[in-house]
Amino acid sequence: MKISRYIFVGILLGVTLYKAEAVSWFRIYEMFHFQSFHMYGIIFSAIIAGMGIVQLIKRTHMKSTEGQEITFHPKDRSVPRYLIGGIIFGLGWALAGVCPGPMFILMGSGYTVFVVFLGAAMAGTFAYGLLRTKLPH
Amino acid sequence: MVPDFLIQFKEFISQPWPWWVAGPMIALIMFILLFFGKEFGISANLRIMCAADGAGEFSDFFKFDWQSQGWNLMVALGAMFGGYIASHYFLGGSDVAHVSAATVESLKQLGLNYEPGNVPLVPEFYSWESLFTLRGLIIIVGGGFLVGFGARYAGGCTSGHAISGLSALQLPSLIAVIGFFIGGLVMTHLIFPILF
Repeated sequence: MKISRYIFVGILLGVTLYKAEAVSWFRIYEMFHFQSFHMYGIIFSAIIAGMGIVQLIKRTHMKSTEGQEITFHPKDRSVPRYLIGGIIFGLGWALAGVCPGPMFILMGSGYTVFVVFLGAAMAGTFAYGLLRTKLPH
Repeated sequence: MVPDFLIQFKEFISQPWPWWVAGPMIALIMFILLFFGKEFGISANLRIMCAADGAGEFSDFFKFDWQSQGWNLMVALGAMFGGYIASHYFLGGSDVAHVSAATVESLKQLGLNYEPGNVPLVPEFYSWESLFTLRGLIIIVGGGFLVGFGARYAGGCTSGHAISGLSALQLPSLIAVIGFFIGGLVMTHLIFPILF
């Protein structure tokens, strides 16, 4: 039961991003050409709704189903890791037209070649794990 | 016999979803995960999968209690099911990306010629055959590597930084998202003309 609820959340995510065409390489291409409001609309409306949700959680001291108050961990203050890491991610996002969510979604919708993409993404994560101590953070 | 309202509902959700449905839905997903005491971040699964495959032998970065993160793998598995369900049952008879006329025009400059209204959702280079072309290999293997490396270096991807981080007004997430766009613009405008 506990596990199945996360599968349900994933299904909701998969259907949403697929039906909103956010899994499309062409939509990402269009976004980086500023030729449509569509992707910006998705991201901005998600953030605005998300801000309301975060404020509601904080003001009501909402508890999770685990019985603890929901907290938000402040991320470490730094610039290089977020900027350089972000740029590398952005290069890949635009090149492949998919980020990690759509990678799983398209794999499920029948584009089995995304198994190779997943392997490459895991290799990238593994390479970061090996090089982490040598990279500026 | 399927009731009429179910058929109408299926037809209704088979239309392309507008941004103002998708955005709040993503925020709702973030809320559900927070409510379960978790955090929305899909790229963390790549680290979990590396750890589950024994990457901890090579780097302390992968020595963590990955079993406790199994819920996130279930979100990824569910996303795969969601992709299957949407593409097999709710397509509404078409599998196209409804991109703008301007985008159809600028795709022509890359040698990608489509009729307006006929741009596929997923480009042709996402196929096994395309792995044997240089461009396909760069996109699939190179793109995957950059996404996996960059997401972990930056500490998150679109879900973790752009949605969760910005919703919680985290400055590091804003820096990361600025980075996403610098990288994306460089790729789209400076590297694509060479690659295509």
